[in-house]
Amino acid sequence: MPNLAAADWLILLIYFFFVLAAGFSLKPIMTGSKEYLQAGRALPTWLCGMAMLGAGLGSQELLGMGAAGARYGLASVGLFALGSIPAMIFTGLYLMPIYYGARSEPQALSGPRALYKPQEPSSTGENGVAARSVPEYLGLRFDQKTRALNACLFAAMALFSAGISLYAMARIFAALHVFDHIAAAWNLPPTGVLLFAMALPAALVLAYVLLGGLAGAMYNQASQFCLSVAGMLPVALLGLKKIGGWSGLKAAVPADVLHEWGGVGHAGGHSMGICAAVLVIGVGIVLGGGVWCADFRLLQTAMAARDVESARRAPLIAAAASVFVPLVLILPGLIAVALPTPRTTIVIHNENGAIYHEITIVPPAEEAGQGLVPAKADAATEKPVMGADGHAVLDYEMATPAMLLHFLPMGMLGLGLAALMACLMSGVAASLTAFNTVFACDIYQAFLAKSASDKQILKAGRWAALGGMLLVIGAACAAMRFNSILDAMVLVFAVVNAPLFATLLLGVFWKRATGHGAFAGLLAGVAGALVHHGIDLPKGAQPGIHGGWIAVLHHPRSEMVMNLGTAIVAFCLSLLVTAVVSACTEARSEAELKGLVHSLAERPPAHATWWKRPEALAGAILLAAIAVNTIFL
Amino acid sequence: MKKLPAENSAPNTTVQVDARIPMGMLFTLTGTILTALGLATRDNAAVYLKSLGINVNLWWGLALLVFGVVVLTLGRRGQMRMEKTGTKGRRD
Repeated sequence: MPNLAAADWLILLIYFFFVLAAGFSLKPIMTGSKEYLQAGRALPTWLCGMAMLGAGLGSQELLGMGAAGARYGLASVGLFALGSIPAMIFTGLYLMPIYYGARSEPQALSGPRALYKPQEPSSTGENGVAARSVPEYLGLRFDQKTRALNACLFAAMALFSAGISLYAMARIFAALHVFDHIAAAWNLPPTGVLLFAMALPAALVLAYVLLGGLAGAMYNQASQFCLSVAGMLPVALLGLKKIGGWSGLKAAVPADVLHEWGGVGHAGGHSMGICAAVLVIGVGIVLGGGVWCADFRLLQTAMAARDVESARRAPLIAAAASVFVPLVLILPGLIAVALPTPRTTIVIHNENGAIYHEITIVPPAEEAGQGLVPAKADAATEKPVMGADGHAVLDYEMATPAMLLHFLPMGMLGLGLAALMACLMSGVAASLTAFNTVFACDIYQAFLAKSASDKQILKAGRWAALGGMLLVIGAACAAMRFNSILDAMVLVFAVVNAPLFATLLLGVFWKRATGHGAFAGLLAGVAGALVHHGIDLPKGAQPGIHGGWIAVLHHPRSEMVMNLGTAIVAFCLSLLVTAVVSACTEARSEAELKGLVHSLAERPPAHATWWKRPEALAGAILLAAIAVNTIFL
Repeated sequence: MKKLPAENSAPNTTVQVDARIPMGMLFTLTGTILTALGLATRDNAAVYLKSLGINVNLWWGLALLVFGVVVLTLGRRGQMRMEKTGTKGRRD
């Protein structure tokens, strides 16, 4: 049990202070909805790139990377690279000019989309209306019903996933006994520690989002990302030293786990049991694309860039960092399983005639674990939970936090805990700012108050942030009450992001895609994902939240294979239905689609020197990623 | 893309603090505290049993301090440039 020293608290408090200071310093600039919801579209490139990384590194991602390292070994480094870098590059090169530059034609202002105030110069220039969100782009490219459907699905997903993140990290803080002193001082009940660990970050995030809007969130995401790396890198380095360097690590973990790409070709040989084609399509295109090409929580950071060139470079900066950063975050998990498991020991030694008993007591859940990864503990009895095969069920998400506690002395421990907090807050803030933009632009302004003034939109955005945070806390409390909700997260992703990515792909690259097609495609994708989830059940799981709630017809090899399958089904079905329905319905004229599809978009003039073009940067990143993954084979 | 209307470059539409300044300050401050703590506890081996006998507070604190100062310097230069050229220059 860590006793946090004064130095640890000091570092945590300094971090909290800076987080709030960013919000307060930006408050005077928040004069209109564009400043508040889109950071004025005036942020520098590097900030957008770093904020994108910060938004993408929430608590679930941080814990998940450590967990993946502990569970699947170095294979997960390759999987994370495959699931992020190609999609980020694709977004930067091809999608960002469309999202960022998408604007309705001026003549459309007299048509059905004349909802925007023409006198508001920041959002309506002589070029028409710039899309402020992904649903708004869908509205411009397709129609209002597609926009409304996506806005509602996205809003629900953003809040739900933020709630899950909040609970997942609060659980870690409760397990690390960080806030026990505070809870004891205030006479809080046992669940009070958990509630406090959820309420504190939630209150801080809400404060700086209310004050500073997207700009406040992004300023913080950039430093939160640096802080996460600053907190985790020493853990990875100390862990490597302890285990005897790279060769020691290779000796300590089983060879097939370490083998990153080998065995992928045949389904049986790989430690995750997935054949190569499914892996590349599933992880590289559907999961990666669904996150980095379609998720507005991440795209909003790039869409706040000051011009289209910056907006294109932001995802590329994020991709460049993603070549190395996942390694730093996965290594602690990998090392955690390889270290010796702590045991309760009694050392008797004799000193000047007196006999000393030195007893180190290790909780049963930790003793039943593997390495530093503890077993899941039963909440009531604190006994380890046993799986069907007689082995204890490991709590992989504890891998990274356990490493923090094991290696960091006082002082550094504060930094490590601040890094955990930073990840949590950047992820929740990304969800919250995305939610308030989508609510204010795509629900409030588009459907509830069509003639709302800019001040009213700004107000709606702030109220949406407040209401959103209350719903997030509600979701977190629900997750605390029903633990199995945690497993529903992947399903939510498959239901919302995978079909959306298919629709966006067709919308951007196929002029013929129509509004009816997109709407039907999105619906079909959602339905397909739910049905696939309903008829599949991973081996050894109970029907219910893990799947099989309609009828168990099919047994995938593992939960991960099944989740991949659900996302692929949703993606393909959405692609197919959008294409078929579009072919049967009337397409919009090319004049209407100008700037909204790739082939009819204005090309930004290419940079004179070839190596300064984004394409060159993208190529260099791909080469570096391949090199890193080859070296670590 | 056509040039944006002139009202667009009104001072209130641009963010006025270079984000590297607060970030640099955060890391400089954290680095200073860790370095000071590392110096104060450099003879206390018990503290560093966890970290394999390495005084991580001192060394990592110094690393963060350097990082913070570099970021802060970059931020101040960026801020000066921003104030010199005014908000109009940043729009182009």
